[in-house]
Amino acid sequence: MKNGFSIFIAAVLLLGISWCAFVLAPVIQLGDEKQTVMINSTDIYPVQRTGAATLGLQVYRANGCAACHTEQIQQNGMACDLIVTSLGKNSSALQKVLAGSLSDSFLTTNDLPKTIRHGISMEIASSMSDKITAAGGKAEVHVYATGADIERGWGLRRSVAEDFLWDSPVQLGANRIGPDLADVGARLGDLNWQLQHLYAPQMFVKGSVMPPFRYLFVKQKKGAVPSADALQIPPGWPKDLQPPGGYEIVPTEDAKNLAAYLLSLRAEVPLHDAPYTPAVAAPTEKSK
Amino acid sequence: MNENVPASFADVKLEASCRVPLLALFGGAAVWLVVSSALALIASLNFHMPEKFAHCAWLTYGRVFPAANDALLYGFCVPAGIGVAIWILSQLGRAPLRDPLVPVFAANLWHLGVLVGLIEILSGNTTGFDWLEFQRGGSVLLFFAYLLLAAWAMMVFTARRERALQPPHWFLIAALFWFPWVYATANLFLVAWPVRGIAQSVIALWFANNFIFVWLSLIGLGTAFYFFPRLIGRPLQAVHYALFAFWSLILFGTFCGIPHTAPVPAWMPTLSSVGGGMFVVLLLTVTIVEVRTVWGFIKSKWDNGPFCFIGSGADCFVISLLMMIALACPAFDRTAGFTWFTQAQLQLQIYGFFAMTMFGAIYYLLPRAVDLKFPFPKLVAAHYWMSLIGIVLLVLPLAIGGIEQGLKLDNAKIAFPEIMNLSLMYLRVSTVGICFILIGNLLFALNVFVMTCVWKMALLKKILPAINAPLETSEVKS
Repeated sequence: MKNGFSIFIAAVLLLGISWCAFVLAPVIQLGDEKQTVMINSTDIYPVQRTGAATLGLQVYRANGCAACHTEQIQQNGMACDLIVTSLGKNSSALQKVLAGSLSDSFLTTNDLPKTIRHGISMEIASSMSDKITAAGGKAEVHVYATGADIERGWGLRRSVAEDFLWDSPVQLGANRIGPDLADVGARLGDLNWQLQHLYAPQMFVKGSVMPPFRYLFVKQKKGAVPSADALQIPPGWPKDLQPPGGYEIVPTEDAKNLAAYLLSLRAEVPLHDAPYTPAVAAPTEKSK
Repeated sequence: MNENVPASFADVKLEASCRVPLLALFGGAAVWLVVSSALALIASLNFHMPEKFAHCAWLTYGRVFPAANDALLYGFCVPAGIGVAIWILSQLGRAPLRDPLVPVFAANLWHLGVLVGLIEILSGNTTGFDWLEFQRGGSVLLFFAYLLLAAWAMMVFTARRERALQPPHWFLIAALFWFPWVYATANLFLVAWPVRGIAQSVIALWFANNFIFVWLSLIGLGTAFYFFPRLIGRPLQAVHYALFAFWSLILFGTFCGIPHTAPVPAWMPTLSSVGGGMFVVLLLTVTIVEVRTVWGFIKSKWDNGPFCFIGSGADCFVISLLMMIALACPAFDRTAGFTWFTQAQLQLQIYGFFAMTMFGAIYYLLPRAVDLKFPFPKLVAAHYWMSLIGIVLLVLPLAIGGIEQGLKLDNAKIAFPEIMNLSLMYLRVSTVGICFILIGNLLFALNVFVMTCVWKMALLKKILPAINAPLETSEVKS
């Protein structure tokens, strides 16, 4: 450390290494990421958001929604359910296997499909499933994600890099002052609810700290026919939230786009790097 | 260094060469400091009375909160840091700052950039990346203003007459290079030609860490390592540990910042964790240098002024580092990563450590550079206590509340609105903390402003006769 030049070289070298690790490498690894194929399907994911939702992301950005909301579902791990779907021809052999170690109750065909184990690991589930298959029955292993976020109903699986493929800017968020929104479109899928909630969040969650986004709505004189997109304000709401007589509250384009974006937030597709067995898949198997 | 020893003629010249640029840098910084705490107060009030801001897009939380952060970071921290760095480099090398009008121009360009950026954020034109919210208009101005300021700082450095390098040199010189690189990278990859998908978030997180953690620490530690010896009057103790601190900061610090919660390939947060874990080295070395230098002088040098500010700043740095090491542990990060705890750490790093260190440095150097005493010397002590109480009231509740929030978020049986209402109690205390900080910042701004005005009046008195005097032909010729 005799002269300034050595400090310069040191700084350039070390920052260069860090730059390669966290700028160059992510761009190489993630920058040209492709859409992926969903599990058990030929559909690709994710698809581009609709026009309104893409514009809505910019409203989300402009109003700093990410200051309070994350879009990252967390997951601790995975667990499996073991479901018997068929007893097979040799029912007694199967009952013996089941009674031996797997199930506490005697199964009849009417009980099926029956979840006989809940929250077991993949290894145990597949070995049990093998035993049942060997005895002539049929069993399914359903995978699901675990963790507080999943239990809260915020999503079905953890958020992964693919979820943000079409977003610019990516709005991850860092502080959960409000709930996670990665899957809000599936959880609260009603456009009207979203608009009403943006207009007066305190009417839905008592003591909510979310600022009401009333500046995204305009008050206008009712025409001969009320506007089709006028906000439906329940009559039970306090007077200062109701429009004065002869007026109506209409969401602006920004409000509609923002709501469209919120509805487009659906991270509910099983992927190879975040697998789970979707609930809709079960009936198709059952119908066989 | 004895305060009563009259400064030599060379010293006076050195100080005077920095005068006008420093006034320009610190004057604007003081304005942004007050603006930032006022905005932070509005942001905090949003939680207590959300209905009040329902009709005003400019004052909604999502705009005011980043604006407050950026006003503090870009408005105060960077110009104050560069100003202090220029002064220290000039003192250490006994070299004056040449052509001071260029840095004055650059300082004003910088403040203009901050103004443009803040107006854009408040009107909804933000980039949407944390700590990089300024759009092109503001960031281009900032970038070129910084290049000019850094170039002039480097000129002071290369013109030094004391060739030997001191520990503050390493920190300050490295910092001068650091900022343009990370700032240019972030703006090119995120704003000008955005990369696709989640890589954006990785780069944004890398930038935020390198700016808030590495850059601020480089300048702050460099300043502390310069002022401790100067205020106490004996050389920095355990200098080889300072070298260790420098290397561990730029070697490990640059890898931090990617949280375990982020939906990115697992090697990135793992690498960050390793870097964060290695901060133990930084923690130990900085503590050793500080304790061995300061120990035994705390009582005799206690001045409710520069020494206290810089000492508290170094203490805050150690605590903030401890919080960062805790966040590097994957289990703790998954619990506290999405809570107020991370905000508490950031506020401690930016305000508790960096701004406090800068206050101390400015209170020490500005009277010498301008050659005037502060008009209200008692307010310095008041500012110190206001800031200290404010930072404790701001950070402590957020940290405790954040851990509680995280533990409750982990338990799905506790409904979300209940958790939200619980953290409100902590937020109320932190709002009081912001009020204290606001008052402290106002006192600082008052001292800087009145001093600037007194200096300008004196200047005017000198200039007026010269303007009014008839020109003498002989003078014009020569």
